[in-house]
Amino acid sequence: MFKNIEELIEDSKNYSSVTELMIAIEMEQTGRNREQIWEMMEHNLETMLDSVKKGLVGKKSLTGLTGGDAKLMDDYIQSGKALSGDIILGAARDAVAVNEVNAQMGLICATPTAGSAGCLPGVLTSAIKTLGLTHEQQVEFLFVAGAFGLAIANNATISGAEGGCQAEVGSASAMASAALVLAAGGSAEQAGYAIAIVLQNMLGLICDPVAGLVEIPCVHRNAMGASQAMISADMALAGVKTVIPVDEVVNTMYNVGRSLPAAFRETAEGGLAQTTTGRKIMEELFG
Amino acid sequence: MDNLRYKSVFDIIGPVMIGPSSSHTAGAARIGKIVRSIFGELPEKLEIHLYESFAKTYRGHGTDVALVAGVLGMDTDDERLPMAPQLAFEQGMEISYVPHPEEKAEHPNTARLIAKKGDRTMTVTGISIGGGMIQVTELNGFDIAISAGVPTFVVIHEDVPGMIARVSSVLSEHQINIAQMNVTREAKGEKAIMILEVDTPNVKEVIEEMKLIPRLHAVNFFN
Repeated sequence: MFKNIEELIEDSKNYSSVTELMIAIEMEQTGRNREQIWEMMEHNLETMLDSVKKGLVGKKSLTGLTGGDAKLMDDYIQSGKALSGDIILGAARDAVAVNEVNAQMGLICATPTAGSAGCLPGVLTSAIKTLGLTHEQQVEFLFVAGAFGLAIANNATISGAEGGCQAEVGSASAMASAALVLAAGGSAEQAGYAIAIVLQNMLGLICDPVAGLVEIPCVHRNAMGASQAMISADMALAGVKTVIPVDEVVNTMYNVGRSLPAAFRETAEGGLAQTTTGRKIMEELFG
Repeated sequence: MDNLRYKSVFDIIGPVMIGPSSSHTAGAARIGKIVRSIFGELPEKLEIHLYESFAKTYRGHGTDVALVAGVLGMDTDDERLPMAPQLAFEQGMEISYVPHPEEKAEHPNTARLIAKKGDRTMTVTGISIGGGMIQVTELNGFDIAISAGVPTFVVIHEDVPGMIARVSSVLSEHQINIAQMNVTREAKGEKAIMILEVDTPNVKEVIEEMKLIPRLHAVNFFN
């Protein structure tokens, strides 16, 4: 198993693709065969695509705090007026859709967590449209995202309670960006740069859920994560590199997360959760 | 690289689950399901005690609902999960919720479930440690450790001499090493519970063989 992203990039050169490296490791770690592993990932893919569809209907969450934004964005995109373009706003819309389903106690695939579950499907649905990904390439997209996500998770954290939102939406966005680079025909090195660009831009992002719920601002943060993933992938594919190597950026995300005060790590004791309105909502819901 | 925290691609892409929170919803459902497996039948009464973060935010996360769903035998991806309290009511399970928001617990996400049927009572404490991963830390007042990811047998049997020897001899015949073992019981001479952590997840045949042991009521395996 690769220890970090640099090793992942190097190890992948001994295989036909990052996907094949990841499947080989998974077989070794779990004793499952290739078909079982592939089928499990297909099931995850199916769940993700279904959750996007469900989210576009515009249902409210249990608390009524979120729901309906994906539908608004969808109508707006259909009107042809989207300033940031259908592709990027479409990714953001689908990310919002998944997190709205999550808040409704709907079925989602955590990638890497439930709170950040929108970024990857949002980027994937956009990639399906722009790159015309086949079913097989869509499954590969998830293996690639999972491989880079593992390298991030093992060197930093993917938990908001440990590292703030940069660890959740930041990691989700970074791994989606890396998968997009490879799906577009870029190199593993470029995928590494895409991750570095995403995480550099996410450093310090706090986890401050209103009333402790995975709703505000989580739903909108996933829109940001999906769009950031697309811009960073494009930058990396254009040949943009980061001066700070990707593994150093990942470590920095961890260090920044550890030094965040507890108020900014999923406790609802800081940030938006402690605004006048945030406190009022908490009071109304939980007394 | 055995010391890596995450070893499987499905730790990152997955689990497939009912939202909104991997720790407060999916983890809770897994705790409930373990309680059901160990209890072996649907309780008539279920007391749910919630601590710390579970006590403060359970309503918005559906932690209470997910715990009930687990006790009904549902997995984290069961679309009936949000309807669990209604389904429990229809199946005749009486539930009481007891949040302890001011009380300290061993972990921020702690739930203690008390299951009752007739004169049987069982207490289980579970903690949700993040990303849907859980541990069971207490059973009938005994400290135990069952974690998702660690292959563990929970064997329910009659409290008579020789049961431990029979179970362990089945394991040894299959060259399966016992890493840790706990035994507890409801009362002397009644039902007893054996918890065995083993080194391998490949136990299909072993389970079938164990089930043939006389006076053994149930074999549960968690991996």
